[in-house]
Amino acid sequence: MSPWRVIVAAVLLALRGGRRGAAPPPPVDPRERELPGRGEHARRAELLTAALLALGGLAGIGFFVVYLLGPGHLTQWLGLALGLALALLAAALIVAGKAVVPQEVAVEERAQLVDEQAEREVAELAAAGAEGVTRRRLLAGAAGVAGVGVGAALVTPIASLGPNVSQRIDETPWRRGVRVVDERGRAILADDVVQGTFVTGFPEGASLRDLASPIVIVRLPPATIHLPRGRDPATWAPEGLLAYSKICTHAGCAIGLYRYPSFRPTQPRPALVCPCHYSTFDPARGAAVIFGPAGRPLPQLPLAIDPATRELRANGGYSGSIGPAWLNVDRGSA
Amino acid sequence: MRRALPALAAALALALGTAALAGRPALARAAVAPIGPPPVDGPALYEAACASCHGFDGRGVHDQGPSLLGAGARAADFYLRTGRMPLANPHDAPVRTPPQFTDAQIRALTAYVASLGGPAAPPIPRVDPAAGTLAAGRSAFTDHCAGCHQVLARGGIVTGAIAPPLREATPTEIAEAVRIGPYLMPRFTTRQIDQSTLNSIVRYVEWAAHRPSNAGGWGIGNIGPIPEGMVAWLIGIAALLIVIRLIGERSPQ
Repeated sequence: MSPWRVIVAAVLLALRGGRRGAAPPPPVDPRERELPGRGEHARRAELLTAALLALGGLAGIGFFVVYLLGPGHLTQWLGLALGLALALLAAALIVAGKAVVPQEVAVEERAQLVDEQAEREVAELAAAGAEGVTRRRLLAGAAGVAGVGVGAALVTPIASLGPNVSQRIDETPWRRGVRVVDERGRAILADDVVQGTFVTGFPEGASLRDLASPIVIVRLPPATIHLPRGRDPATWAPEGLLAYSKICTHAGCAIGLYRYPSFRPTQPRPALVCPCHYSTFDPARGAAVIFGPAGRPLPQLPLAIDPATRELRANGGYSGSIGPAWLNVDRGSA
Repeated sequence: MRRALPALAAALALALGTAALAGRPALARAAVAPIGPPPVDGPALYEAACASCHGFDGRGVHDQGPSLLGAGARAADFYLRTGRMPLANPHDAPVRTPPQFTDAQIRALTAYVASLGGPAAPPIPRVDPAAGTLAAGRSAFTDHCAGCHQVLARGGIVTGAIAPPLREATPTEIAEAVRIGPYLMPRFTTRQIDQSTLNSIVRYVEWAAHRPSNAGGWGIGNIGPIPEGMVAWLIGIAALLIVIRLIGERSPQ
């Protein structure tokens, strides 16, 4: 008898049961019922199922522990733990399905749709399926361990989600006069940024991990720069130096690619490119999007060059909201 | 009307032929003169192979090629040894080909380009991979290079260009490329990548391009998620189907 037929018959039985008041089969203590073909073999299968479920649960907990030990560094161990958990769970289900639950092949004659005799048989069969299992507590306990373990493994990666940005997205560490430093805290001088190179800068004293911190600085020939209206080149592009947020406005990856032609007439123009989905921004035009899925330009940071030391400093805040698109972001500005 | 048709066809053919002929000189000018074995004379080689785009004085030709003043031995050595120059069509992206000159010719041409002068003609950089460390190289390569060249140096794309794989690049060529920024690649100053970091990067590239240790067991070409996904789909799903076939039972009918 296929499981679908059992389900259909059980549903019909449930729908009709109350109205017809069908006489239930005489109650039998399930532990006394002897089913054909059961015995030592089935008991061993139950133990095996319980062991597989428990081991699967432990492997799931192992995933959780490996994640706690070093997120991102132990990828192979993470994969091994999760794969083992799921494989053991599958093995437990296979053993349970083949050896623990009584197997009976029955052919249902196609008679009238609702046959009381068949209903009773189905009811007995459904009841017998559960009755045949003797160590229910053990199996239920093992299933609980498996559920907790695998559940923990599946929920754990939530901890890798970033911070909730809705409140803090527009608070940036950049203010007028903040020095631009590199990742080791050394000041970046205007002359460090030569044409054809790109330099990553951070605000002095701020966290390097803050989404608003990193900027990418490039130098272009001043004659090629055409910034959006309202951005005075003296403030926004002193000596041809341009600074933009390094965080892509599409999905928040770091803008890690810079293409800079060695000979303009025969080669594509300079562009900042995000390695994740190839959003491409034109640094000469206020980082306008020239290719890819980003919805708005990179926000620009105005710069000032210290006349005495030649150090770079911020000359104000960003031109718009940094970071990836999120609900209600103003796509037009920035 | 019947007489007019062949006349029209003839006129059309003539016009097309003229257009084809008119297009030809441009191609002929861009084509590379065949280089025979004998000359090892820098200026003569330059005139034959380089001057049509870079100009006889090395100051470049509008819309054809950049000025070589200030390029120095560094850039000449890189472009000639990787076969990226000479270029048949100056609007093509230069790609690695077998070098088109002998070693002696390359040295003569490089010396000539270096002698053209200019702001600061940089020499061929020195690099010593043995002095670098693999871990530092991996870290620096990931920061500066892997975005385009892929973390195991198998190459990749930027919009508008292809970043080449580094399997064939020699240590000197890698060092030259880092400092020059050929074609669309950005350049890296000694402030961004100092000499010891450069040594480490070259050591890492030599390791990654030729004998990476695949911690996962099987590198699958070391080119990342696409072959890995293919393995999951083709091998993994086939294995799953076999398991399903083994554990399932046919219904008696």
